Amino acid sequence: MSDLIKLSAVALGEKLAAKEVSAEEVTRVHLDRIGEVDGRVHAFLHVDTEGALSAAREIDSRRAAGEKLGPLAGVPIAIKDVIATKGVPTTCASKILEGWRPPYDATIMTRIREAGLVMLGKTNMDEFAMGSSTEYSAYGPTYNPWDLSRIPGGSGGGSAAALAAYEAPLAIGTDTGGSIRQPGAVTGTVGAKPTYGGTSRYGLVAFSSSLDTPGPCARTVLDAALLHEVIAGHDPRDSTSIAQPAPDVVAAARLGASGDLTGVRVGVVKEFGTDGVEPGVTAAFRDAVETLTKLGAEVVEVSCPHFQYALPAYYLIAPSECSSNLARFDSVRFGLRVGDDGNRSLEEVMSLTREAGFGDEVKRRIIIGTYALSSGYYDAYYGQAQKVRTLISRDFTSAFEQVDVLVSATTPFTAFELGARTSDPYQMYLADLYTIPTNLYGGPAISVPIGLSEGLPVGLQVMAPTMADDRMYRIAAAVESVVGTFTPPAL
Amino acid sequence: MSTSVLPTYDEVISRYEPVIGLETHVELGTATKMFCGCPTVFGAEPNTQVCPVCLGLPGSLPVANKAAIEATIRIGLALNCSIATWCRFARKNYFYPDMPKNFQISQYDEPLCTDGYLDVEVNGETVRIGIERVHLEEDTGKTLHVGGATGRIHGATESLVDYNRAGIPLVEIVTKPVPGIGAMAPEVAKAYVAELRDVIRTLGVSDVRMEQGSMRCDVNTSLNRPGEEWGTRTETKNVNSLRSVERAVRSEMLRQASVLDAGGTITQETRHFHEDTGDTTSGRSKETATDYRYFPEPDLAPLAPDPQWVERLKAALPELPRVHRARLRTEWNLSELDMQSILNAGAVELIEQTVAAGASPEAARKWWLGELSRRANAEGVELESVGATPAQVAQLQTLVDGGKLTDKLARQVLEGVLAGEGDPEAIMAARGLEVVSDTGALTAAIDEAIAAHPDVAEKIRGGNQAAAGVLIGAVMKTTKGAADAKTVRELVLARLAG
Ligand SMILES: [Zn+2]
Repeated sequence: MSDLIKLSAVALGEKLAAKEVSAEEVTRVHLDRIGEVDGRVHAFLHVDTEGALSAAREIDSRRAAGEKLGPLAGVPIAIKDVIATKGVPTTCASKILEGWRPPYDATIMTRIREAGLVMLGKTNMDEFAMGSSTEYSAYGPTYNPWDLSRIPGGSGGGSAAALAAYEAPLAIGTDTGGSIRQPGAVTGTVGAKPTYGGTSRYGLVAFSSSLDTPGPCARTVLDAALLHEVIAGHDPRDSTSIAQPAPDVVAAARLGASGDLTGVRVGVVKEFGTDGVEPGVTAAFRDAVETLTKLGAEVVEVSCPHFQYALPAYYLIAPSECSSNLARFDSVRFGLRVGDDGNRSLEEVMSLTREAGFGDEVKRRIIIGTYALSSGYYDAYYGQAQKVRTLISRDFTSAFEQVDVLVSATTPFTAFELGARTSDPYQMYLADLYTIPTNLYGGPAISVPIGLSEGLPVGLQVMAPTMADDRMYRIAAAVESVVGTFTPPAL
Repeated sequence: MSTSVLPTYDEVISRYEPVIGLETHVELGTATKMFCGCPTVFGAEPNTQVCPVCLGLPGSLPVANKAAIEATIRIGLALNCSIATWCRFARKNYFYPDMPKNFQISQYDEPLCTDGYLDVEVNGETVRIGIERVHLEEDTGKTLHVGGATGRIHGATESLVDYNRAGIPLVEIVTKPVPGIGAMAPEVAKAYVAELRDVIRTLGVSDVRMEQGSMRCDVNTSLNRPGEEWGTRTETKNVNSLRSVERAVRSEMLRQASVLDAGGTITQETRHFHEDTGDTTSGRSKETATDYRYFPEPDLAPLAPDPQWVERLKAALPELPRVHRARLRTEWNLSELDMQSILNAGAVELIEQTVAAGASPEAARKWWLGELSRRANAEGVELESVGATPAQVAQLQTLVDGGKLTDKLARQVLEGVLAGEGDPEAIMAARGLEVVSDTGALTAAIDEAIAAHPDVAEKIRGGNQAAAGVLIGAVMKTTKGAADAKTVRELVLARLAG
C-alpha cells in the first residue's frame, strides 16, 4: 500500500505541482488500491482503468510542457454512477440502464475534466439514488470500510466508502434528501450538499428534479471546498441553475481552519430533539456544540415548527417527480429491452421491461408518485406537500434572521448492519430525518465528522442560507481543526 | 350503431342548433427547437436533427426558447388576449413511443395568453370567435407503423420513430365554444381557421402549412334542440385542410343528428376525419381517457414576461389581415362583394404582391380570379400553388400593357409559365409570340396584301372602310397572328387614304 493514497487532495495536488510525483503514478496507486480492496468494499460499479491512465498521462504531458494547471490537476476522483459520463457506462445502479454509455458528459463532468481531475470510475449507489444504505443497488451493496458488516449510507454509499477505503481522495455525490451527507456521516468523511441551483444538474440522471443537487465528497473540509469550487457556478443548460457568482468556499474553509468562530451565531433546531436518536450520536453532537462554543460561537436554540412535516412532504414530492422522470425508461431508445419477441405489443414490451428493470424501492416510489399526482388526489397529496415545503422554507428564513447557521446531527444513528432496515421502508426513511428539510428549502448543508460512537463515525450537519455555502465550510473547517479526521481500521 | 340514412343538412338545421369549438396547433418557425438547440428544418433525414435533450436521454434538461415565447405572446396579442405576468410549464404524462420522455412539456392551468377573440367574416357577416387560451408546448416525434393492414399501431409488425419533429415549438390555440351560428357553423369553422392562418402568417411566426402539418386542427361539434342545453361534444382529429374543416363539421352535424333523431345519445369521444370519404369514425372514448397527471415542470424556471416588453411587442404588431383587407378594398376601389370573392379565392396576398410588382389592381384581380383560379380548381390545388408567381403575373401584364402581347397571346404565354418554362418574357421570345409591331415588317405584309387584292383596295380607297377586313385577315395570316389587329387596321386605312 502506497502512502500516497492516504494524502489529502490538497497535498496530492501540491506534490503533483512540484513534480514530486506524476499523475500517472498517483492514478496507478489508486487503481492498485481499488484492485486490492474493492472486492470487499464494492464501492465501484465500473473502474475505467484505461481512461484514467490516459487522462493522467495527458495531465503529465501538459504539465511537462509548462502549462499552468489548477490545484487539483492530476488528482483522482470517483464519480457517482448517476452522473452522465461520455462513453463510460452510467447505470444509476439499475438493471434498466445496464450497458448504457451516454453520448455526452454532464456539465459538472466537463468542469471536472477541465480542472484536470482524473476519473477512476463510477461508484455504487441505491438504484436511481433512492435509498439510505446502498442496499438497493441492483448490482449488490457497498460495505462500510469501518465495519464490512455495516452499510455505508446511501444513496451515495459508493462514493463515501471509496473515500473511507482510500480508493479515491475525492468523489462526486448527489443529494436529494441526504444522499451525500448521510453517507459522509456514517463513513467518517465530509459531504457537502451545495445550494440547489449552485451546481448544474445537466447530466445528473434525475430522481427528483426540484431537490437533486450534485456536490463534493472528500476526507477533509478543504478538499471538499476545492472540489466544490470546480463544479459550482451558473450553467446555461440548466434553467434552475442560479445566475450568480458562486460563493468563495475555499477561502471560507481556509478561514475556518484558523479555529476562530468569534461572533458567529449558531442555532440548534429545538424540534429535532433526542427522541429516536442513538445515545452515542446525541453525546457526540453535544460535544460538537461545546466545541463550537469554545471556538467563540454563540449557540442558541431555534424553533423550526414545520420540520416535523418534512419527511412526509418529501415522500410525496420526490416520488411524484420521480414517477414522471423515470417514465423515459421504456426500452425504446436506450437501455434494457425485455420481451420484444415480435409478437408482443409495444405496451407489453414497455411493461415487461419496466417490471424487470426496476427494483422494488424504485417501483414503490413510482407507484406512490403516480397516485399522488392523479386527478382527484393531486390537491390532497402533491399540492399539500408543496404547501408544507413553503412553510419549511419560511422556518429556515426566519431561523436565519436569528442565527448564521443551523446545526444538528447529520443522521439519528450510526452505520447499521446490512439488512437491518430493509424490511420496513419507514425505518430506512428515518435515516434522512435531519437532512431532508434542507433539500425542501434549497439551501446548502455539510456533514463533517465529529467523533465515534461505539467505534463508528458520527457526523455534524451545518446548514446555511441559500447561496451562503461559504458559511457552512467555515464552521465545518473550524470543527475539523479541533476534532481532526478519522481513520477506519485497516482493511 | 347502424348507419341509418342521414338527414339532409336543411333538416338538421331545422331541428338542431350546433355549437362548435376549435383547437389549433401551430408549429412555430423558430430556427431551433423549443428546449434545445437542434434545427427545425422540415423534411430532413429521419433522426438527424436530434440531441440528448430532444431524445429525452437520461440526465438531459430543457431550456426554454425565448424566440418561441415571444412568438406565442405576439399570437396572443394579435388575438386580443391577456398575457400572463407569471406562468409555468407543466408536464403532461402519458406513455407513447413518439414522446421521448413519456411526458410532454406543455402548459396546463397557467397558459401564457388567455381570454381573447378573433373576428371573422362569413357571407358579409362578422362573427366574433372567443379565444379561451393560447399556450406553448413541444411537438412529439412521428411514428410510422410498418406492416399490418391499417397503418395503425395495432397489427403493425414494426414501429419506426423519427424524432426530428420532437421538441419543435407548438402553439395551441383554443377557442371558447361558439354557439348561435346555426347553418353557418361549417363555414364559420373554415373562416376562423383561414383567418387564424392569415393572422399567424402576417406575424411571420410560422409558415402555417396545413398540408405539411405545421398547422393542425381538432374540431369540437355538438348539437342541441332549440332551447335545450348544449349537447355532448365530439372531438374530430386529423382535420388537415381548410376544406376539411368545413366538411368535418358538416359531416359530424349530419351524423349526430341521425343518432339523435333515432333517439340515441352522443358519446363523448375522439373521432378521426378521413379526407377521402369526408366521414368521421370513432377513435378512443373520452370516458377511458388517460389521467395526464399534470404538474408544474420542475426543470424549468417560471415564465414572467416583463409587461413593458409585452407592451412593446403589442405596439410593434403588424397590420392584421382584417384591417389590412379593409385598407386594400379602399385602395383597390372594390365593393364588399368583390373583396369577399378575392378572400374566398385565397387571393388577397397574391393580388397584393402582383400589384406591388407593378400590375394594376384590376389586372391582377382579373388574372388571379380568372384564368389562374380556373386552373387551380381544375387541378384541385390551392391558388398559391398553381405554378405562377405574382412577379410573373405582373410581368405578363406589363407585356400586355406595352402592346407586346395581346390578351390571347398572353394566355398562351401563361400556359408556358404554368408549364414551368420560365418567365413570361423568356417564354414570349422562345415561342415567338411577340406582337409584330415592327412597322417595316407590317408595311411589307400590308403592301403584299394590297397587291394580292387590288379590288378590295379600290373599294377602300372609294370610302368602303368595312372592306378592310379582308386585307387585315390576309396580314394576320402572313404574320401568323402575331400582329395587333387594331394596329394593322389603322396602318391599312392610312396606306390607302393617301
Ligand atoms: Zn435537440
